[in-house]
Amino acid sequence: MTLLKVEALSREFGGILAVDSLHFEIAPGSIHSIIGPNGAGKTTLFNLVTGVYAPSAGRVHFEGRDITGLAPHRLAAMGLSRTFQNLQIFFNMTALENVMVGLHLTLDRRLGAALFRLGGVARKERRARDAAAELMRFVGLEAYLDVDADAMPYGALKGLELARALASKPRLLLLDEPAAGLNPVETEEVAGLIRKIAQSGVTVVLVEHDMRLVMGVSDHVLVLDYGRKLAEGTVDEVRANPDVIAAYLGSGAAGGTHGA
Amino acid sequence: MFAEFLQFLLSGVTVGAAYGLVALGFSIIYNASHVINFAQGEFVMLGGMSTVFLMAAGLPMPVAVVLAVLVTVVLGLLLEKLAIEPARGAGVVPLIIITIGASIFLRGVAQVAMDREFHAMPPFTGDAPIMIAGATILPQSLWVFGGMAVMGMLLWYFFARARFGKAMLATAYNPLAARLIGVNTRLVLLCSFGLSALLGSVAGILLAPITFTSYDVGIMLGLKGFCAAILGGMGHGAGAVVGGLIVGIAEAMGAGYISSEYKDAIAFIIILLVLFFMPNGLFGKRTTERV
Amino acid sequence: MSQALKRKLADPRTGGLLGLAAVIAVLPLFLPNNFYYDVAIGAGLSAIVCVGLNLLIGYAGQISLGHAGFVGLGAYSSAVLTVEFGWHPLAAMTAGALGVGILAFLVARPILRLRGHYLAMATLGLGIIISIVVNTEAEYTGGPDGMTVPSLMFFGRELYGEAVWYWIVGAALLFTVWLSLNLIASPVGRALRAVHGSEPAAEIAGVDTAHYKVLVFVISAVIASLAGSLGAHYAGFVSPANVGFFRSIELVTMVVLGGMASTYGAVVGAAILTVLPQLLTGLEDYEHIAFGLILMLTVIFMPRGLVPSFFTIARNRLASAGAPPP
Ligand SMILES: Nc1ncnc2c1ncn2[C@@H]1O[C@H](COP(=O)(O)OP(=O)(O)O)[C@@H](O)[C@H]1O
Ligand SMILES: [Mg+2]
Repeated sequence: MTLLKVEALSREFGGILAVDSLHFEIAPGSIHSIIGPNGAGKTTLFNLVTGVYAPSAGRVHFEGRDITGLAPHRLAAMGLSRTFQNLQIFFNMTALENVMVGLHLTLDRRLGAALFRLGGVARKERRARDAAAELMRFVGLEAYLDVDADAMPYGALKGLELARALASKPRLLLLDEPAAGLNPVETEEVAGLIRKIAQSGVTVVLVEHDMRLVMGVSDHVLVLDYGRKLAEGTVDEVRANPDVIAAYLGSGAAGGTHGA
Repeated sequence: MFAEFLQFLLSGVTVGAAYGLVALGFSIIYNASHVINFAQGEFVMLGGMSTVFLMAAGLPMPVAVVLAVLVTVVLGLLLEKLAIEPARGAGVVPLIIITIGASIFLRGVAQVAMDREFHAMPPFTGDAPIMIAGATILPQSLWVFGGMAVMGMLLWYFFARARFGKAMLATAYNPLAARLIGVNTRLVLLCSFGLSALLGSVAGILLAPITFTSYDVGIMLGLKGFCAAILGGMGHGAGAVVGGLIVGIAEAMGAGYISSEYKDAIAFIIILLVLFFMPNGLFGKRTTERV
Repeated sequence: MSQALKRKLADPRTGGLLGLAAVIAVLPLFLPNNFYYDVAIGAGLSAIVCVGLNLLIGYAGQISLGHAGFVGLGAYSSAVLTVEFGWHPLAAMTAGALGVGILAFLVARPILRLRGHYLAMATLGLGIIISIVVNTEAEYTGGPDGMTVPSLMFFGRELYGEAVWYWIVGAALLFTVWLSLNLIASPVGRALRAVHGSEPAAEIAGVDTAHYKVLVFVISAVIASLAGSLGAHYAGFVSPANVGFFRSIELVTMVVLGGMASTYGAVVGAAILTVLPQLLTGLEDYEHIAFGLILMLTVIFMPRGLVPSFFTIARNRLASAGAPPP
């Protein structure tokens, strides 16, 4: 059984293939990493899988269903969630409200109930607050509950994205550079969180430049270069792969500075 | 039959050329800053009205024209410096609102500093109509058309050849990268407003002898130029000119063959149709927003 | 005062509504004659439109440059359907709101799938087309001269006069504010604010952004239409003067000045910009300059608008003046 299956997936921008006929599968219940130098197409791949971009060619299957071209909110309802490399925070809300948006699909979304405050909206909102607060505690942000998002430090915002993504109870969670810009202590905390999330049964796909983090948590690694699959396998297999070594030494600064 | 058609076509091309100039102004500012400058129409009004009042003050026409263009360009630069620059990074909606405020403000100033009357400006070179295959055309129409052709050519040269023009294009394509290679993007933005004001005022001066001018002509001229810019694909130079001509011709044909009362609605119906069926316009590039 | 009561009063839904009700109730004491009532009613009607428009601009971060067109369609539906077709005013009002809702839906549906400022352009075009139609179809609308509208009947009683309409508009305003506050404090309202904050993030959280943008656009258009109908019956007259582009901009100015993403801000903005021109009588020529300046200065120097800025300042004052918290 595969959870996510990508077939011949391509996407071009102005004549350049950012993702180039990519095939891979992701088995449920483990931590997968996708690595590769800057510009390799990792974020584009996430955008294709989550419906942010439409592919130029190829298909994406999730739990056996063809989800190619579906809007992100449909995928969210099917159990897919993600974080963003460039923070996508609701800066017009408090931290807690950010996480509450993640609960959207579990809440009462009827217009009539909202307008006339019927059907126990007030009570349900209180329960949603509690659930969101619980998630913020889980990612270690209990100090920020009612703080405006635009007053929070960068590291905390990274955690906030994670809490919001978890709020929709995903079965597949895509994390785009969750440790970028964090100090070693914070990175260690993120590693711990990723393990905890995976243990709770959520399949995690991780894009990350911090090789210590990648090598430390991954069950499976996929290496991208110029939009193509360069190598795939366990941490040890990938580390020993001559193509990978060549690419990483060749592209020098891009991947090398982050190396283990 | 044909003479009638030709007549509509000629008058459509004449106003269309002016719309094209206004649309170019929208596109230049849009490229430099992604701001849609709703005050563009006021540049057109200021060009025409200032010329009329400077001539009334006794200045000979060529001097009045040059001064009017200068006044408008200075106001365009001031608009950027005083209203757009302080709100950089405020997002698209606030910037749209600022330019709307500026447009109402400029209109108000014109109404107080000049007046609320309609004014006819004398044509540049007489008003003896020229006959073409049974249709007539005013010499001033040729001025409008020639004016657009010359401005279009100068702009093309500026963006394709001149160093600063290329810097402006680079800024439009990727502001951060442009800044990194040493382009002064703030200066680019300032100049885009100056250049747009120049185009607008020229359009206003060329058109004033044909259509009359008053403090509030900028609303419709601006909005129609804006329709033209969208039709051509916002930010696309040649598209702006083509869009202007199409809007002008559609308007003239619509007024001639369908209903003169709904003449002013035609441009706006075009806007809605374009947005429904081809939101990138005729020549606009499809871009995918980066996430 | 007990803590619970204090908290309830500080809550915009309870304390704020009570405050607004008190202002509406007490204001007539300061209105010496019908002219003042008329200004107050005008402010109230504008406020209703602005509360709806603020849902669109302030909360969902979209912009409409054609809302006066929707107000106008509501007003003219009430006028034309009652006068020309003999409809009951309430039926005409409902039909107008329904028609405007459908029109708003049809326009917004294809456009709001696109990101960016396309809605501004489309609403601008739509608003101007509406105003041209109203001016041109003189056979039905009276053209530039306008037309008279019969008064509203309520249980056999004719609703007539400033004193009566003051309370009708006041009640309608309170009701609209209540609806708006409820909406914002619900998952639907949070979804609207999420659309403003980040569309990609909203989508992956399960928010159907296109749906919510269309929804809020339709809601704000319907509110505008209903306010237009009320205004037509109150004035007994409709004319194209208040249907044009400039009126749409006035409405946006009210929202921006009072404070985007603040329901009470929309009310305050509408009140100020309705009263201000009355204070400037004799200076009509300067109205454009004043509106333009207000619009620019607010966005540049007080981008959050009057009411939110006021509350931030007040809260900081209290915090710095406050001894250890109770
Ligand atoms: N929206 C877009 N428009 C144009 N080019 C894009 C867009 N998104 C990504 N690209 C291009 O695709 C390539 C891959 O980028 P990306 O997926 O962000 O790489 P990575 O995440 O691996 O660093 C780059 O060359 C980038 O410039
Ligand atoms: Mg990336």
